[in-house]
Amino acid sequence: MSDHEYIPKSKLGKWFNDRLPILTLANHLTEYPTPKNLNYWWTFGAILTFCLVTQIITGLILAMHYVAHADLAFSSVEHIMRNVNYGWLIRYVHANGASMFFLAVYIHIFRALYYGSYKSPREIIWILGMMIYILMMMAAFMGYVLPWGQMSFWGATVITNLFSAIPFFGESITMWLWGGYAVDNPTLTRFFSLHYLIPFLILGLVVLHIWALHVPGNNNPIGIDIKKPSNDTVSFHPYIVIKDLFALLIFLIVFAFFVFYSPNILGHADNYIEANPMVTPAHIVPEWYLLPFYAILRSVPDKLLGVIAMFAALFILVILPWLDTSKIRSAIFRPLYKQFYWFLVADVLILGYMGAMPAEGIYLLVARVATAYYFLHFLIILPVLGNKEKTSEVPLSITEPVLGGSASASITKNHLDKI
Amino acid sequence: MKNFLKFFLTILVFCLKASSISAAEQTEKLLNPGWGFKGFFGKFDRGSLQRGYQVYTEVCAACHSIKYLSYRNLSETGGPEFTEDQVKAIASQFEVTDGPNDDGDMFTRPARPADNFVSPYANEKAAIAANGGAYPPDMSVLVKARKGGADYIYSLLLGYEDPPSGLSLDDGVYYNKYMAGNKIKMSNPLSDGLVEYGDGTSATSEQMAKDVTTFLAWAAEPHLEARHKIGFRAIIYLIILTILVYFSMKKIWSRVESKV
Repeated sequence: MSDHEYIPKSKLGKWFNDRLPILTLANHLTEYPTPKNLNYWWTFGAILTFCLVTQIITGLILAMHYVAHADLAFSSVEHIMRNVNYGWLIRYVHANGASMFFLAVYIHIFRALYYGSYKSPREIIWILGMMIYILMMMAAFMGYVLPWGQMSFWGATVITNLFSAIPFFGESITMWLWGGYAVDNPTLTRFFSLHYLIPFLILGLVVLHIWALHVPGNNNPIGIDIKKPSNDTVSFHPYIVIKDLFALLIFLIVFAFFVFYSPNILGHADNYIEANPMVTPAHIVPEWYLLPFYAILRSVPDKLLGVIAMFAALFILVILPWLDTSKIRSAIFRPLYKQFYWFLVADVLILGYMGAMPAEGIYLLVARVATAYYFLHFLIILPVLGNKEKTSEVPLSITEPVLGGSASASITKNHLDKI
Repeated sequence: MKNFLKFFLTILVFCLKASSISAAEQTEKLLNPGWGFKGFFGKFDRGSLQRGYQVYTEVCAACHSIKYLSYRNLSETGGPEFTEDQVKAIASQFEVTDGPNDDGDMFTRPARPADNFVSPYANEKAAIAANGGAYPPDMSVLVKARKGGADYIYSLLLGYEDPPSGLSLDDGVYYNKYMAGNKIKMSNPLSDGLVEYGDGTSATSEQMAKDVTTFLAWAAEPHLEARHKIGFRAIIYLIILTILVYFSMKKIWSRVESKV
C-alpha cells in the first residue's frame, strides 16, 4: 500500500522488519496521506475506535463480576453497583458507552451519506461498515438483556418472537433461539456468550474496514479524487491524530456528563425491576438507538411483512452504493440531494420518536408515512435523482477552494458535461 | 468546529429537556420539595438520611424489604454515616438464619453489619399473601425503578385523597392521585407525628416523606456522592486537557496552509 519502500534505520529494526514488517505497517499508518480539508465529522472514525475499545475493556471487567443466571443476574448487577470497587463507574461507562457508541456511529453513517463516502471505489468499506453496524445492534440488544430487568426480559421476548413470523419453521426457530419454551435461563446464558463474542467480530471487521479505507484513501468534504501524497494531503500523524484527539476529548466531556450526572437518563426505569414473566410492562420499548427500526416493524400490520420491512430497511443500506446513481459524491454540489438528505434525517428522527410512542392513532399513521418515505428515499428518489439532478461545478483539487482561488481564474469542470 | 461544538451542546440540552418531559408526562405534576442530592455538587443531607432510615425501619420495613442493602452500608461514607457501634447495635436487633453448623443444623443468630437487611417476609409469595394479593416491592432500587424517581416516591407518599364521588373502591384499595390508575393497595403510610425524631425535627407527613425518599434515593445509589465528586474532577480535567490539545493542534496545523 505504501508508495515507497520503508527501510528501518536500526539494524535490529531491519532484521525484525524483514521477518515481520510491522514497522512498515506503523510507517504506513503514520505517513498515510489524508485530505487536508477533512472537517470534524470525519473524526468519528477515531471516536468509534475509542468507543469499541472502551466497551471491550469495561465489558471484560464487568464479566468478572457478573453472573449469567436468571436467578442471580439482577442481584449480581446490584453487587457490581454496590460492592465492587468502582463497579458503579465501570457499569455506567459500559451502559452509557453503548449509547455513545451508537450516537457516534449514527453521525459516522450520516456523514457518509452526506458526502457520498459509500460510492465507488469505497463500496466495500461501506458494506463492512454496515456489517459492523448490524453486529453492534445485535451486541447492544443482547447486552441490554443481561441485567435481567423487566425491559431486558420483555425486550428479549418481543425480539425473539419476531422469528416466529417465519413461515413453517418459525416456531421451531424461536424455540431453538430460546433454548426452551420461553425466554429463560438458557436464553440468558447464550446471550451472554454471544454478547462476549460479537465485540471481537466487530474488532476484526474494524480492521478490515480500515484496511479497505487505506486502499483508496479517505473521501473528503468536496468528494473529489485527489492525488496522494500531494499539496492536498497531510500525513496522518501528527495532523489527523491531534485533530482526532481534540474531537475525542470533546466527545468525552459529553460522555462524562452522562456517566457522572445522568447515568440512567438513556435507560428505562423498568429495567431496575427484576424480570418477572408474570407481569408485562405497560409499554415495551427498546433502547433509543433501535427505535427507528422498531417503528418500521410496528407500522406494518402483518407480522411477517413487518419483520421483512425491518430487515429490508437495513439491507437497503447495504446495497446503497448501487441505488445512488449520481457520480458526484458530495452533497455540497448536489443542491437537490442536499434537501432530500435533510428530509431523510428528519424522517429517521420522526421514526425514532414514533418507535417510543404507543403504536396507535396518530402515532401509527405518522410512523406509516415515515416508513413509506424511508423506502421511497432509497428506492425511488436516489436512483432518479442521480440521473435528473443538475449539479453545480466541482473543483479540480482541494487546494483551490482552500487557497481561495477566484472562480473565473480557476479551472473547473462540469460533471454533467462529462458524464 | 463551531458546528461540531454546537451539535454536542444541542445533544446535551435535548437530553436534559427529554428527562424533564418524561417526568412531566405523568397525569399529575409531581411534587418536588427540592433535593440536595441533585446537580453537580449534589450531596445527601446526613440528618435527613438518618431520619429517613428511622422512617423506613419504623414504617416501611413492616412490609417492604430492602435486600440489596447491608447494615454496614449505614456507616459508609456518603450514606447516613452512623458510627460503627451504632450499626452494630442496629444489626444486632435482627435475627438471621445461618448454618448449617457442625451438627448439620441451621441456627439463628443476631445479624452482623456484614449481613444484608433482613426482609420482613420469607419470600415473595409470603409477602403477597400477607398483603391482600399485592407485592410490596423491594425498596433497594425503587427510586431508580420508577419514572420520576425521587419526585414520584415523594409525591406518592403524599398523594392520598378521598376518591372522587362516583368511584367506589374495593376493600383494601386506596385512592392516590399519583399512582398509575389511581388505585393503590398500600394504605396511607404516613400521618403527622407517626414517628418521633431524635433530633427534634417535627415529624410532619411532608418531612417524613422527604426524609424517607432521601434515604431510598441513597439506598438505590449508595455511591452517588463519590460519583458527583469524581465526575466534577473528571470533567474539569477533560476541559483543561481539551484546551491544551486545542492549542497544540493549532500550532501543528499552522505548518500547513489549511484551517482546522
